[in-house]
Amino acid sequence: MIVRELELDLDAFEGPFDLLLTLVLKEELDLRDVDVAGIVLAFIERLAERHELDLEACGEFLVLIAALLEMKARGLFPEEAAELAELEPEVAAEELARRLAEYRRMKEAAGWLRDRLAAEGDRYFRIGPAPLAPAVETPLAPQEPEALAAVLRLLAADPPQVSLGHMALRFPPVAQFLERFRSVLRRRSRFDFDTEVRGLDRIEQAVAFLALLDLRRADEVTIDQAAPFAPIRVARRPQENVVRSTQDNGARDERTVEWNARSA
Amino acid sequence: MERPLRLITANPLDRLARTVEALLVVASAPLTLAELAEAADDEAERIEAALRLLSERYAEGRSGIVLERVAGGWALRAAREASAACSRLLERPAQRNLSQAALETLAIVAYLGPCSRPDIARIRGVAADSAVANLLERGLIAESGRDDSTGGAIRYCTTPLFERVFGLDGLSQLPRLDDVGADAEQIRHRLHTVADRRSA
Repeated sequence: MIVRELELDLDAFEGPFDLLLTLVLKEELDLRDVDVAGIVLAFIERLAERHELDLEACGEFLVLIAALLEMKARGLFPEEAAELAELEPEVAAEELARRLAEYRRMKEAAGWLRDRLAAEGDRYFRIGPAPLAPAVETPLAPQEPEALAAVLRLLAADPPQVSLGHMALRFPPVAQFLERFRSVLRRRSRFDFDTEVRGLDRIEQAVAFLALLDLRRADEVTIDQAAPFAPIRVARRPQENVVRSTQDNGARDERTVEWNARSA
Repeated sequence: MERPLRLITANPLDRLARTVEALLVVASAPLTLAELAEAADDEAERIEAALRLLSERYAEGRSGIVLERVAGGWALRAAREASAACSRLLERPAQRNLSQAALETLAIVAYLGPCSRPDIARIRGVAADSAVANLLERGLIAESGRDDSTGGAIRYCTTPLFERVFGLDGLSQLPRLDDVGADAEQIRHRLHTVADRRSA
């Protein structure tokens, strides 16, 4: 990629970069009108099209664009050197001499300060904050001591006990439902669980279900459900099984195994 | 004139001198005559007399403490003979390692101040930013308003610490620099020769 052949399409100029440089150097084109950022953008776009970094081109471009920027900056902000150049030679020489003399005076003053510092360097003194600085006043509205005491009393009092009652769930005892179901089963051989617990809240229904499972575990009932979410039907077991189960733990264990295997 | 140090004396000024002495001991910066007079609740003339008495007492070579007129006021400092011991005890960041650039900038601010960074850069021919920042940090110069003309650039002037460090009672004690010497004339002559050649 040859930087000088970079095609530019700017407001003030259209054509290759090389021509732009020539025109600027011949002062036929005012750099103040040239959008340098536009040139940089054009170069970056060309660079991006190539998919590989052409370091040589980048270096050349940097040098050229830097020179261009410097020239433009000088054009935009006329320096004092330029002002001097416009002066008559005698006036310029006089101005230069005046400035040199001023600088020489200051350099001499700096030398005097250096000597003075060396001579006074053995004077040690205390350095602190600005003397007699006005005390910083923090304005405070007049206050009633009683008001402060009242606030302190408020702070000293024990805070009211916060009730945690709403956090505890009240579970009715499982035994309550065990008794209830047993009494139902004494009157009739089967009942519908859903009908039995209708009207109870969710917690009570859950505890009732636990009681039901307990009864099943003790082999007092059989549970039957036609389909998921269908009514749960509870039936009383033949009495001799219950008696046997309470008398013979070993036999009950066997039945549990049998029941587990069957349900599996 | 050698005179024994008398802490208790019949001199009526002595009581006031002791008060002034105490004020100077607690102050961390030079106290002006007016400040001393107000704090001691006495007349300025009597304070001056007390200071003369103390100056005699706290003179270099007579005491480890020296009373000096500095930065527009009065202050106590260590005697020069104790400087080596003091240097082992204390750091002095304000005046340590002042570069040539910093000294030149300081000179410009001291002689021409209040002046702005552009003013300093114009005289020295290089940017003054770092030198100014350095001197600000050391506390030798401080901001002093803004320029009316050049975009409101901040102007700087020297601080009382500058005068203290350089042992000056005020900026008027800086030497006059009008006579730059013969070489200035020589420079002028050479420049004119070049100018003649160019116009020819």
